[in-house]
Amino acid sequence: AVQSSGKSTSADGDDSLYPIAVLIDELRNEDVQLRLNSIKKLSTIALALGVERTRTELLPFLTDTIYDEDEVLLALAEQLGNFTMLVGGPEYVHCLLPPLESLATVEETVVRDKAVESLRKISQEHSPVDLEVHFEPLVKRLASGDWFTSRTSACGLFSVCYPRVSSTVKAEIRQHFRTLCSDDTPMVRRAAASKLGEFAKVLELDYVKSDIISLFTALASDEQDSVRLLAVEACVSIATLLPQEDLETLVMPTLRQAAEDKSWRVRYMVADKFSELQKAVGPEITKNDLVPAFQNLLKDCEAEVRAAAANKVKGKRLNIMLPFIRLIQYTNQHVKSALASVIMGLSTILGKDNTIEHLLPLFLAQLKDECPEVRLNIISNLDCVNEVIGIRQLSQSLLPAIVELAEDAKWRVRLAIIEYMPLLAGQLGVEFFDEKLNTLCMAWLIDHVYAIREAATCNLMKLVEKFGAEWAQNTIVPKVLGMANDPNYLHRMTTLFCINALSEACGQEITTKQMLPVVLKMSNDQVANVRFNVAKSLQKIGPVLDNNALQTEVKPVLEKLASDQDMDVKYFAQEAISVLPLA
Amino acid sequence: MMGDRPNPPRAMSSAATTSPSVDKVDGFSRKSVRKAKQKRSQSSSQFRSQDKPIELTPLPLLKDVPAQEQPELFLKKLQQCCTVFDFMDTLSDLKMKEYKRSTLNELVDYVTVSRGYLTEQAYPEVVKMVSHNIFRTLPPSDSNEFDPEEDEPTLEASWPHLQLVYEFFIRFLESQEFQPSIAKKYIDQKFVLQLLELFDSEDPRERDYLKTVLHRIYGKFLGLRAFIRKQINNIFLRFVYETEHFNGVAELLEILGSIINGFALPLKAEHKQFLVKVLIPLHTVRSLSLFHAQLAYCIVQFLEKDPTLTEPVIRGLLKFWPKTCSQKEVMYLGELEEILDVIEPTQFVKIQEPLFKQISRCVSSPHFQVAERALYYWNNEYIMSLIEENSSVILPIMFSSLYRISKEHWNPAIVALVYNVLKAFMEMNSTLFDELTASYKSDRQREKKKEKEREELWKKLEDLELKRGLRSDGIIPT
Repeated sequence: AVQSSGKSTSADGDDSLYPIAVLIDELRNEDVQLRLNSIKKLSTIALALGVERTRTELLPFLTDTIYDEDEVLLALAEQLGNFTMLVGGPEYVHCLLPPLESLATVEETVVRDKAVESLRKISQEHSPVDLEVHFEPLVKRLASGDWFTSRTSACGLFSVCYPRVSSTVKAEIRQHFRTLCSDDTPMVRRAAASKLGEFAKVLELDYVKSDIISLFTALASDEQDSVRLLAVEACVSIATLLPQEDLETLVMPTLRQAAEDKSWRVRYMVADKFSELQKAVGPEITKNDLVPAFQNLLKDCEAEVRAAAANKVKGKRLNIMLPFIRLIQYTNQHVKSALASVIMGLSTILGKDNTIEHLLPLFLAQLKDECPEVRLNIISNLDCVNEVIGIRQLSQSLLPAIVELAEDAKWRVRLAIIEYMPLLAGQLGVEFFDEKLNTLCMAWLIDHVYAIREAATCNLMKLVEKFGAEWAQNTIVPKVLGMANDPNYLHRMTTLFCINALSEACGQEITTKQMLPVVLKMSNDQVANVRFNVAKSLQKIGPVLDNNALQTEVKPVLEKLASDQDMDVKYFAQEAISVLPLA
Repeated sequence: MMGDRPNPPRAMSSAATTSPSVDKVDGFSRKSVRKAKQKRSQSSSQFRSQDKPIELTPLPLLKDVPAQEQPELFLKKLQQCCTVFDFMDTLSDLKMKEYKRSTLNELVDYVTVSRGYLTEQAYPEVVKMVSHNIFRTLPPSDSNEFDPEEDEPTLEASWPHLQLVYEFFIRFLESQEFQPSIAKKYIDQKFVLQLLELFDSEDPRERDYLKTVLHRIYGKFLGLRAFIRKQINNIFLRFVYETEHFNGVAELLEILGSIINGFALPLKAEHKQFLVKVLIPLHTVRSLSLFHAQLAYCIVQFLEKDPTLTEPVIRGLLKFWPKTCSQKEVMYLGELEEILDVIEPTQFVKIQEPLFKQISRCVSSPHFQVAERALYYWNNEYIMSLIEENSSVILPIMFSSLYRISKEHWNPAIVALVYNVLKAFMEMNSTLFDELTASYKSDRQREKKKEKEREELWKKLEDLELKRGLRSDGIIPT
């Protein structure tokens, strides 16, 4: 424990002003938020204490009281990575190791990762001697810890010390890494697999061939697919390190096996890393091996894999890929979303005739796809097609797709389609909109999900900006105002939110004559939430109104609300009064 | 010790009492009213398109052949049932699918009724048939934002066969002739590992069968018990710290509930570690509501076994107490009440201070369901008796929150409850109560003063930082 009294040994007079006990009290405060604030300003505390007392008093305290909320620990782990100057420079940087070592063993992943990150950072500030005397033993302790957390942390530290230690220590490090690659906890094997590529990069080529390849092969055939898929990532780095002539024997058998793994997650990884893999193994192997594998991935039975593969299509030469795109359509029932988003972009590259011939049938088919994401992706990229062939070609197929998305059971899907409404309205024109889409837009206003109602409100505003105030007055405003009498208070509030959004676009005339009376009437609503939203609305639409309406109509109502029995109503009424020019 | 099916009645009932009371003017509809899209079904991820139709040669019924030929025919039928069909293609192999279905049905009946069917050669064939059918890579989840509370689960397309395979396997495991000593050659660690991975299935019907299967295996194969526990450990740790996604957590916890029940005393270090390092952190997961009842049941089981674990458990819950999710807070409060129901007074004393500091925060939560749930503790006679015994410690902790919200809380129901609690405290210890009332104001002022001092301290520190930063010899903290 740290004692404050009589330890002010530093020559700097400031120190006595800040006894460590006071500072440590701050770090121990019962309120987490205050504790967190103090930890975030740990550098200030260290500065007040001076380097020596930071080393001898503050750091031991931090090491001993490591049990805290993860959020505090995270802040601490981050701070310590920048502490080298505050403990007296590189010469003393090893003082930071004990607290970081404890932090590297906690359960919470983000804390541990941050501790490892800080350890990696300060490892560079160690002299080669200190690295062997202080840092490397810490890595070894972590690597042989009882609980999986310390062993997973160790995996991230091997590569930073390896290049700077003697060959005997190097051999030990390689041995530790080997052990962790076959740890019986999958969490540790995953950590090791994810650092395999990084570790390979710092190893001498001979050891890459002798050690890394066997570890790579073992991890790539692990019993858990979560480990196997990480080996695919490592494959990229490893392949880059090896000379071309060794790739075929050392890497390719494993990679081929991964492309046909029984778990879709592993195949997904191959598809996802395809561009990197291609670069790493060079053109010859790509042509003979990877392209056929890639074709299979495009036809994979899992949509996720196809999507990942399809995402890589855009970068390829089109004349090669076009047949594939068609192939997918015929061999598979559902072409998935990623491809959908990519092929829409292709239309600009292909030009009008090619688009109509090759892509239009695909677009139409995809608008009927069973997966909502596919349909959404087509609709969201309509502008590309519009530029090339005009939207009319699609409008007949578009409508059913839009209607179905608008009623999808998942609110995020509904939200996505709402966001495209203004774009669609602009491209389809006001007539088509009134006839087919207006009812949808109004129905969203009474959706049971707030985010949808909110988006619907915002959508109306954008539509009015597009189609004008007169259109608003005829088609939208009456319906919006009608909802003010709805028995559900959430719907009544929606009226207010719509008015907030629309008043400016609709202008003074409509706002004063049609909207204001409704708002004022609602100030008598029995639900307090509605009443304080009336106050907020009045504040919002005030600038659109003329002075007469403000003085004679708005002011008395706000004054009444300002003496409401509900605290919040009062608050917002007073706020409105102070903001609006009512005096 | 191994009950029929693990069943946590108390945990369930407590979950029911915590359901939120519905406000009259509440305009929110609880569930989606939209027509749910027709349930999608999905098949395992293993099918590549099969080109040729599958042919199985029909075999005679087992009951139609002489008894001595039955074991041989049984084996043949098991081999036939290893053939797996593609159920996503609803039109292919209809006849053969039906044939396999009726064969599986026959096998189920056969292992239930027949005697002397289980030759040693049958074991590997049974395990092979089950493995071929049930072990498969589960397909990707419908979408990343799959919400188990809101969305319909994806159902397994091959269920017409799969169900019968599970049914058959359970009957096999439960059969009187079943000998674990022979079966353990085939039902090994690798088998169990694959079985556990299946608990991630989105289909609740499958998870239910898996629960029974795993329970039986745990009961009959003593050599696999430690391994099973360890693997469940790993699944949970991965769930908590890596993916936050695993569909079968509730089912696994249910099995654990009855496993814990059977632990011998004193508890092994391994089991205590499981409680503290795995079960407690499970509380942090976002989807806690899906398995909280089962989790709370396991926790209480542990505490009933070994009351000295109360302190670490409660400290763990306090450490992970939800900061922003009121729904979870209500669940924590419910679980805490279950723990307090069985707490020993000696343990209570050890933990009362940090515990009531948290309860005091909950009582003054602006979310009325949280405040209400915490205030309900005062309706619990046992808890009341514990509070009464320790009122000199608890009252000072609770007083300022209670006093403040009795004046400030927006919800009249909460204010009424708080009055009752204050009244109860007054009756318990009127002298202390009066002292606290008298000193309330000066305490607040002292707090404010402290607050100010803190601000000043930090201001000075910052000035110093600036000063030192300016004249620094390289000491410019980042």
